Amino acid sequence: MTEVQTDQNQVRSSREDDDIIQIKEMHKWYGEFHVLKNINLSVKKGERIVICGPSGSGKSTLIRCINRLEEHQKGKIIVDGIELTGDLKHIELIRKEVGMVFQHFNLFPHLTNLENCALAPIWVRKMPRKEAEEIGMNFLERVKIPEQARKFPGQLSGGQQQRVAIARSLCMNPKIMLFDEPTSALDPEMIAEVLDVMVELAEEGMTMLCVTHEMGFAKRVADSVIFMDGGEVIESNEPNEFFNNPKSDRTKLFLSQILAH
Amino acid sequence: MSDANLTPKENYTPGNHPDLPPPPGTIGTIGWMRKNLFSTPLNTFLTLLGIATIWVTIPPIFNWAIFNSVWNVASRTECWDQMAYPNEGACWAFVQNRFLLLIYGFYPEPERWRVNLSFLMLILAAVPILFDQVPKRKWALVYSVAFPFIAGWLLVGGFGLNPVDSDKFGGVMLTIIIGVTGITFSLPLGVVLALGRTSNMPALRIVCVLFIEFIRGVPLIALLFIASTMLNYFLPPGSQFNLLMRVLIMVTLFAAAYNAEVVRGGLQGIPRGQFEAADAMGLKYWQAMRLIVLPQALKISIPGIVNNFIGLYKDTTLVLIIGMFDVLQIGRSSLADAEWSGLANEIYLFTALFFFACCFSMSRYSLYLEKKLHTGL
Repeated sequence: MTEVQTDQNQVRSSREDDDIIQIKEMHKWYGEFHVLKNINLSVKKGERIVICGPSGSGKSTLIRCINRLEEHQKGKIIVDGIELTGDLKHIELIRKEVGMVFQHFNLFPHLTNLENCALAPIWVRKMPRKEAEEIGMNFLERVKIPEQARKFPGQLSGGQQQRVAIARSLCMNPKIMLFDEPTSALDPEMIAEVLDVMVELAEEGMTMLCVTHEMGFAKRVADSVIFMDGGEVIESNEPNEFFNNPKSDRTKLFLSQILAH
Repeated sequence: MSDANLTPKENYTPGNHPDLPPPPGTIGTIGWMRKNLFSTPLNTFLTLLGIATIWVTIPPIFNWAIFNSVWNVASRTECWDQMAYPNEGACWAFVQNRFLLLIYGFYPEPERWRVNLSFLMLILAAVPILFDQVPKRKWALVYSVAFPFIAGWLLVGGFGLNPVDSDKFGGVMLTIIIGVTGITFSLPLGVVLALGRTSNMPALRIVCVLFIEFIRGVPLIALLFIASTMLNYFLPPGSQFNLLMRVLIMVTLFAAAYNAEVVRGGLQGIPRGQFEAADAMGLKYWQAMRLIVLPQALKISIPGIVNNFIGLYKDTTLVLIIGMFDVLQIGRSSLADAEWSGLANEIYLFTALFFFACCFSMSRYSLYLEKKLHTGL
């Protein structure tokens, strides 16, 4: 009896340890348009996954389904042991644990950078303001812009804003971080400072799903690279194999296009 | 010296060019005048024309309004006796004579301290709402919320004070009561209507759309007539529902419908990303609205909202049509007095100045607020 129970617990905990995100036979439509087709993906705790593909391939939509910014119509998404359904309670629980960084930063322009960081801990985690601001300050130091804490996002450069946005997500102490093309809206000289922060985060063992075309970043930190086209996962492999030995023609074509310059 | 500095022959190693002063005449007063007043022949002509216009019009106005004006007399004839010819100067004695009536209407004289006190309390209640640097603002705001009830009791009476019938309200006091009530209650109601109209819930949305479109589609005068006559048919027979109260409700609803549309415009100006970021971090709908969306939407809407407030404030004069004596109507009826008839300029100028002072302050405050809330993005 006790043995069986321990076994079950072990199974459960090991499953939780292994697959923090499970997506099974997931489909999504925008009206008539079938954007995501039969997506199957499991992400282990601490795994770093880079998703790439041509524009319109559904890669952003896929990661936006993971925190329910987009609704899927068929299949299952289980995040941190909680299934995503229409149930608002589930959605709230998952969003607390999943941080997201957007292409256009989406900082709140009417709040200072520190207030941006402290907002969610205060209102979602019900933390006292002082404590939340200390946490915010900590993370602003980690992304190397503590001196900008009292300024407004509008007074910062793009790279700085994106680093504030990363700090803001980290303040919620998330288990998973989603990055939706975090460097696509940045000037070339600012991409490095944002990628540095992301590399550091990856090295600390954060579970990351990252939609990006920064192949250098993918080679350096990704555990696996997923290539999507037309709403399907075409190929998924560890970075070396993926870049040196792509299997499908579409992957080859895509790689030749983005690595040409 | 400075010429030498400007010659391109001067040798600087690349990257070490010093900052030089701008050429003379491009900055300072002279630069400003050149740029703004005399930049082209047409501008020069218009500047001179403007000076000439001021030269011709200002002195007569000052002469009439100030230097030749008459105060402290008892009738128009006495006014004109003191002038070289009738209307040479303003007969401010008229406004002076009717001043208390213009301010308090027919509010009984021994009770007028209550009006003064309410007005003082109104200013105290407005300060913490308008300015956020007020010390102990939270407590001050509690008072601001309680103020309408205190003021209502002070003005109407009962509970230890002599009751004053609201028929006796009039003049500036009535204008301020209607204007301030309309302004304070129409904004929150407008925000709720705007949120309702943009909501995903069809039933709520339809109710809000119907309300807004009905109110916007009907003239305020018609609504005031409805308030003064028709409402009686809907109320249980024999029930007394104060006319002033009905007018306050109508004016508030009217302004709320307009504010709702302005706020909706502001809501549409908020990028989708703001909603998504708020959702992604786990904020609930009302939290996201209160903390993220509304502060930004209301900021965008300030010019439109203040525009509505100013419109509403001036529209309060329409209550004269249902027999209420606001400041304009008191002025008009004063002209009927044979002692003073023919002095329309003075009384209307006074009314105009009163409205201008109120509306201009609102406009300046809105500019101040816009500047304060500007954060660079």
